Amino acid sequence: MTVPRIRFTFWKAVFAVIMVGGIYCTFLRFFRGLGASTNLSDQFPWGLWIGFDVMCGVMLAAGGFTLTAAVEIFNIKRFHSIVRPTILTAFLGYLLVCAALMYDLGLPWNIWHPLIMRNPHSVMFEVAWCVMLYTTVLALEFSPIVLEHFKLKRALRVVRSFMVVFVILGVLLSTLHQSSLGTLYLIMPNKLHPFWWSPLLPVFFFLSAIAVGLAMTIFESSMSSKYFGRELELPILRDLGRVLVVVLALYGILRFEDLLHRGVLKLVFTPGYEQRFFLLEIFLSVIAPLGLLLIPKVRENAQGLYLAAVLTLLGFVTNRLNVTITGVEIAVGGRYAPKWTEVVITVMFVALGFAIFGLAAKYLPIFPEEKAQIPALREPSTRFSEAAVPVHAGD
Amino acid sequence: MSKGILYDATMCIGCKQCEQACATENGLPYDDKVAAQEVTSAHKYTTVLTKDDKFMRRMCMNCDDPACASVCPVGALKKTSLGPVTYDKSRCMGCRYCMAACPFGVPKYEWDKAVPGVRKCIMCGKRVAEGKQTACAESCPTGATKFGDRDALLEEAKKRIHDNPGNYLPHIFGETEVGGTSVMLLSSIPFNSFGYRTDLTERALPMYTYQVLSRIPDFVPLFGTMLGGIYWITHRRQDVAEAEANEKGQKGGAQ
Repeated sequence: MTVPRIRFTFWKAVFAVIMVGGIYCTFLRFFRGLGASTNLSDQFPWGLWIGFDVMCGVMLAAGGFTLTAAVEIFNIKRFHSIVRPTILTAFLGYLLVCAALMYDLGLPWNIWHPLIMRNPHSVMFEVAWCVMLYTTVLALEFSPIVLEHFKLKRALRVVRSFMVVFVILGVLLSTLHQSSLGTLYLIMPNKLHPFWWSPLLPVFFFLSAIAVGLAMTIFESSMSSKYFGRELELPILRDLGRVLVVVLALYGILRFEDLLHRGVLKLVFTPGYEQRFFLLEIFLSVIAPLGLLLIPKVRENAQGLYLAAVLTLLGFVTNRLNVTITGVEIAVGGRYAPKWTEVVITVMFVALGFAIFGLAAKYLPIFPEEKAQIPALREPSTRFSEAAVPVHAGD
Repeated sequence: MSKGILYDATMCIGCKQCEQACATENGLPYDDKVAAQEVTSAHKYTTVLTKDDKFMRRMCMNCDDPACASVCPVGALKKTSLGPVTYDKSRCMGCRYCMAACPFGVPKYEWDKAVPGVRKCIMCGKRVAEGKQTACAESCPTGATKFGDRDALLEEAKKRIHDNPGNYLPHIFGETEVGGTSVMLLSSIPFNSFGYRTDLTERALPMYTYQVLSRIPDFVPLFGTMLGGIYWITHRRQDVAEAEANEKGQKGGAQ
C-alpha cells in the first residue's frame, strides 16, 4: 500500500512545481508581452501554443464526438459505459484550448469579436464559431453528470429530452471544426511543404481526429483502470482497436494516394530535414500502430492496445506539429523552437487536464455503474488480471 | 478605378527617399540605423535592397485578392476598391492568421508591445482615398516608383519591356502572381535574387479555402439530416425490439 501512496504524493509535488512555473510564465506573458515570453517572430507567428495547445488540444478531444456518435446516433450500446469519460475529456480539452488561446492571441480581450464582426470567407471565422458553439454543446452534454450528482431531477429531465439534438449538433460541429483546422492551411500552397500541403488537408484532419478519438479512449480507459482502480473494459477496447485499424488503414491509404497523385512520392525517398520528420510521423501514426494491431495477440491484449494507442497519439501530435512548424520552416527561411516559457505554459495545461480529469472522476458520476463498489485504493495489476482472466477463459 | 504602384528597378538609384517618406507618413522612426536595415519590420514598412549596383524595393504588394484580408476572421484587414489593403486595429484580436497566410511574408507584429497590432504598408490608404499619390511615389526623384491606375501602369510596364527588351527581364512581377497585385515590379536581374519567390501560384489564394468554405452551408443541412436519419433508423429498430419483447412478456404473463 505504501508504493501507490508515495507515487500519489510525488505526482502532487510535480503538479505543484508545474503550477508555480505556470503562474510565473503567465505573469511574463501578460505583463511582458508575447515578445518576451515566446520565441514567436515575424517568420513564425504560430508556434507551440497553436501547434500543440490548440491543434493537438482539439484533436485529443475528438473522443467525445466519436464515441457519442457511435453510441447515441449509431446506437452501438456496448460502448455506452465509456461515453462519459470521453465527454469529460472533450469538454476539458475545449476549455483548455480556449484558455490557451487567451495566451496566444495578441489582443485576447477582443476574442469575442467574431460574434459581431463577420468574415465568412475566413476559415478562422468558422473555427471561432465552431469553438464557441461546440464548447457550449459540450457543456450541455456534460451537464447531466453534474445534475445527477446534485440530484436535480427536473433539470435533468429537461436536458435529457433535448440530448439527441445536442448530440447531433456536437457531431456536426466537431466534423466542421476538426476538418477546418486542416482547411486553415489550404491557403498556404506555396508555404507549407508538399509533404503536408494537400487539397485533402480537411479530410486528413477529420480522419485523423477519429483515429485519435479512438486511441484517446483506449488510452484514458487504460489510465483510469490503472489509477482509479477501475475495471478495464477489455472487450470494448478490443472493439475500439479494430475500428482504429480500419480508420488508420483508410488514412494511410489516402495519404499514400495523395502523395502519389501530387508527384511527391519521390521526395519521401530523398534524404532531408522535412523527410526525417515526415517518416517519423508516418511511422508513429500509421505504420507502428497498424503493424501492432494487425497482430491478433497484441490486439487482444490490454498492454498491446495501450501501446498502439499511445503510438497513434504521438504520431498525430507529430503530424500537427509538422503542419504548424516543420512544414513552413523552409519557406520562411528559419527554424523555430519554443522558449522555455512556452513549454512551461503548455505543460501546465496538460497537467491541469490530468488533474481536473482526476478530480471530476473522483467527485462526479463519470463511471456511474461501478462507483459504489470501488475501494479507494487497489493494486492496479490485480485489476488488469481480474478483467483479463474471465475473457481469456472464454476464448 | 483601382490604383497601383509600378516600381522599375532599372530607374532606381537607391537613394532611399521612399523609405524616409514612408516613415514620415506613418509616424515611424527613421535614422541612419533604420536606413541600414534591409528588412521590413514593424517599424519599417518598405526597404530598398542593394545587390552590387542593382536595387529592389520590398513592401506590401497589396494583392488584388489578398490572402490576409480573406483569412482575417474579424475583417480587420480589407482590400479597398481603390487598391490599398488597409488594417483596422480596433477589430483585430491578434490571431496572426494574416501573417501565416501572406505569401510574401509582409505583415509584421509588434511583439514587444503590451497591446500589439499588425504592421504593414497599407499603400497610403488615406492619401489614396484623398486622390493623392503614395508617399513613396511622391518622394521618388527618378520616377522609379510610379503611382497611377493599375491598368495604365501595367500597359506602361509592358511597353517598357517591349521598347527596351535588353534592359528588362520579360516578367512583370505582380501581374499574375497570386492572382495579381496592386504593386508591380520590373527588374533586369531575377527577382529571386532579392528574395522574391518566382514559383508562386497564379491563382488567387483565397480560392483555395473558399472552395471548401462555400460548401459548408450546403453541407450542414445534409449532414445534420443524415445524422438525424441514422439516429431515427437505429433507434426505431430498438423500439420495435422493445415493443416485441413487451408483447411477448405480456402474453407470457397472461398465460
